Amino acid sequence: MADYSIVGRPVDRRDAVQKVTGRVLHVGNMEPAGLLHVAVLRSPHPHARIVRIDKSRAEAAPGVAAVLTGADIAAMPGITPYHGPAFADQPVLAIDRVRHEGEQVVAVAAESRRAAEEALELVEVEYEPLPVVLDVLDAIKPDAPIVHDEIRPSGAFADLAHVKAGERSNICYHYKLRKGDVDKAFAEADRIFEDVFTAPPAQHVPMEAHVSLAYVDEGGRINIHTASQSPSFVRGELARMLGVPMNRIRVRVPYLGGGYGAKLYNKLEPIVALLAMKTGRPVKYSLSREEEFQTVTKHGVVVKLKTAVKGSAMTARKCEVYWDTGAFAEIGPRIVHKSGYTSSGPYKIPNVSIDSYCVYTNKPPAGPFRGFGVPQVIWAYDSQMDIVARGLGADPVEFRLEHALEEGDLFVTGTPIHACGLKEAVRRAADAVGWDQPKAPASGSKRRGKGIACGVKAVLTPSISGAIVILNADGSANVLSSTVEMGQGSESLLAQIAAEELGMPFDRVHVVQPDTDVTPYDTISAGSRSTYHMGNAVRMAAAKVKEELFQAVAGKLEIDAADLESRDGRVFVRGAEERGMTVTEAFLAKFGSLGTTMVGEGLCQPVVTPMDPETGMSEKCTEYWFASASAVEVEVDTETGRLEVLQFHAAGDAGTAINPKYCEQQLVGAATMHLGLTLFEQMVFQDGQLLNGSLLDYQIASIKDVPAACHPIVVEVPHKDGPFGAKGIGETGALTVAAAVANALEDAVGVRVRDIPLTAERIHEALKAARKVNGGT
Amino acid sequence: MERNISLTVNGRQRELEVNDADTLLEVLRDGLKLWSVREACGVGACGSCTVLLDGRPVSACFLLAARLDGRSVETVEGLAGDDALHPIQQAFLENDAAQCGYCTPGFIMAAKALLEEHGDPTDDQIRDYLSGNLCRCGGYPNIMRAVRAAAARTSDR
Ligand code: FES
Ligand code: FES
Repeated sequence: MADYSIVGRPVDRRDAVQKVTGRVLHVGNMEPAGLLHVAVLRSPHPHARIVRIDKSRAEAAPGVAAVLTGADIAAMPGITPYHGPAFADQPVLAIDRVRHEGEQVVAVAAESRRAAEEALELVEVEYEPLPVVLDVLDAIKPDAPIVHDEIRPSGAFADLAHVKAGERSNICYHYKLRKGDVDKAFAEADRIFEDVFTAPPAQHVPMEAHVSLAYVDEGGRINIHTASQSPSFVRGELARMLGVPMNRIRVRVPYLGGGYGAKLYNKLEPIVALLAMKTGRPVKYSLSREEEFQTVTKHGVVVKLKTAVKGSAMTARKCEVYWDTGAFAEIGPRIVHKSGYTSSGPYKIPNVSIDSYCVYTNKPPAGPFRGFGVPQVIWAYDSQMDIVARGLGADPVEFRLEHALEEGDLFVTGTPIHACGLKEAVRRAADAVGWDQPKAPASGSKRRGKGIACGVKAVLTPSISGAIVILNADGSANVLSSTVEMGQGSESLLAQIAAEELGMPFDRVHVVQPDTDVTPYDTISAGSRSTYHMGNAVRMAAAKVKEELFQAVAGKLEIDAADLESRDGRVFVRGAEERGMTVTEAFLAKFGSLGTTMVGEGLCQPVVTPMDPETGMSEKCTEYWFASASAVEVEVDTETGRLEVLQFHAAGDAGTAINPKYCEQQLVGAATMHLGLTLFEQMVFQDGQLLNGSLLDYQIASIKDVPAACHPIVVEVPHKDGPFGAKGIGETGALTVAAAVANALEDAVGVRVRDIPLTAERIHEALKAARKVNGGT
Repeated sequence: MERNISLTVNGRQRELEVNDADTLLEVLRDGLKLWSVREACGVGACGSCTVLLDGRPVSACFLLAARLDGRSVETVEGLAGDDALHPIQQAFLENDAAQCGYCTPGFIMAAKALLEEHGDPTDDQIRDYLSGNLCRCGGYPNIMRAVRAAAARTSDR
């Protein structure tokens, strides 16, 4: 590895002291004078017409400052009451109709949360229930109840420009890929494997629930403090909804208590902004955990896969993916598109057809979730990889390695693969779990097995990150970036990148928290994109500052700037360290004064070649690839169906690990989260009502669910255009967990389960069914 | 109904007026601005709001303040001195046990109670004791290391 001074070093987080002392600032601790608190009345019906709302008694209740309905908002002059990143299909508060249980209907702002909640009890709403559609496959039937009669385009993002409003149908987006001749390959196949896999809606569960605060300042500008992963989006969307210029809105984001995709796009911001405008006072809305369950979910899916094999090669694959996006599209179409095109896997298969559908139902809206839909498609295709390998009598690891794409190969979309350490990830994960070691013998009713799975994700492209670096005359620097620190360590990582490029000490670089008045546009803090995109932007900005600095020194020393170098806050002649000066001296040389700054700006904006709408082909559909592999060992109790994970190895390609510690934490953290999703997490609905909408009933992974042997494996295949070769790794550990565990389950007890979560009940059922087939009891 | 209670909070006695419906969490956060005490579930299931009540770890979201007259409460704000972190905080810091850090105060208080009960806990004891605290960032291996390190540090002294 190149000789870097701070890149590649496991420096501690900037925010560690604040976090262990609990002093860290969250939106929840902000209490401007005169603060009002919000409570929201939500729909008890999954689908109904709103016949009448009477809010007069609530308005008269003690401590109540304002009561707002969807009709009130629609009647405000100049206000657009709908929003959404793909379609403007979601009203801030329901208008005429509610489309899922828990949809927001009436909002109250009052002196205290309790006063607001008490006022809600005085609101009367009369509903007329409508037919409900809940199952994603029912929703695409011709006679299904229609969730949205019309779909308004949004236009917020360039990569969704091709998303067209659908017809009168619950399918709001369809992605299609056609490569080769699938029918012919199936006709000529030796064997055909056909499977249906499902994954349920689930929850992000950031420990900090959504919270937003708004006030109108003395100059009439709207100020928002919000726990959001997308401050730039929030500003733009609010400006559009409120009909004001973007610079009349200021969005600031402090530290987040986790995000995982839940806190993207607009959530509570429109409600608090409108209530602040109406009351003239600061307004805060903090969701309860129960409300969190009704706000955003992980997409449930049904994935149908059909694979043709001739000899020992896979010759064709047909993928149909149905995504349950709930009552509002949210970012569903982008997920259906970006994950859709990877749903045949990173394998050499000459003939492929993919159809990926985004489908409305009367459930809470599904949005981005760590992995952006890719965990769902890998769950399917890498379960099937094992089924095929076993069916052919091949070793699952070898079978993957034989079929895996490598450097320069074309992905199914026609885009060449670059810097994708897939094979290395598979090999290292397999070695770590002891793939070649003999299986542990059975003990009593317990059986052990090992499983592997791999897959890739394509980074969201196009997207944009801008950054500004300011060098102060004393050699300290400020980095202006809209990347949100939510636990991933971006703040410290961006400081490492700026410090490396400038040649300044790490502790002299301060990263400014997102503030749309000063930090430039950034698409989102999500999708494992910040290290690459914002990292590149920060590096470019720092390089520009360095150039100015070097020019100043070169002028004074009368040498060529190209012969200069900087380290530890000093600029000097390469090879003659004594000839040089400090930053302060350079400022004096250039400006004759210290009262100034050197400023550089950087912009990272990777582009794509648009996909052919009929074939889905594109010479460049993404900027880079993340490779992931998981290897696990499990123990299954054949009497109870209980599955315990004994070893877990999460491998992922980081490009270059700017900070190895953070990369390891991301791999383990993502894998742990997805272990919960694999083994027990699911939102359970009955007639459209959520049955387990609290943490008493919805279990996530605790310290007891993580095996003592839980190891990250950071693969490093540098990317030619990444900052110091880096890519990103926030989601990589999440991608392949479910399939690896299901594959280990089959290895242990010979049954294949195609639905997650892999609960003891499900495994027990599968074992029972297998015994029946085998003629046992 | 409002009533007056006396509560010792981080060593300082407080006379407080509380409503019968107020939870300890509401009193600590809204009343006393002890922001380390955080709600994440509101039903006693996640450990985010863990504080020590007379030395025992409890979920502040799940206790009514009005019933706590005369009791003593400790939060993370009571741990660090002016210039030094508590050994458990130091161990969490050195072992990178805080990512987003939202769950961290709850874990630290639970760990404090654990180490007061078992000076040199086994890994299983740590797991048992901390199984009521959830970390969605999935930092459990580092939290384990931090608690082991804190145990070594406190038993050394
Ligand atoms: S908030 Fe109290 S236990 Fe979860
Ligand atoms: S560090 Fe984020 S929840 Fe634990």
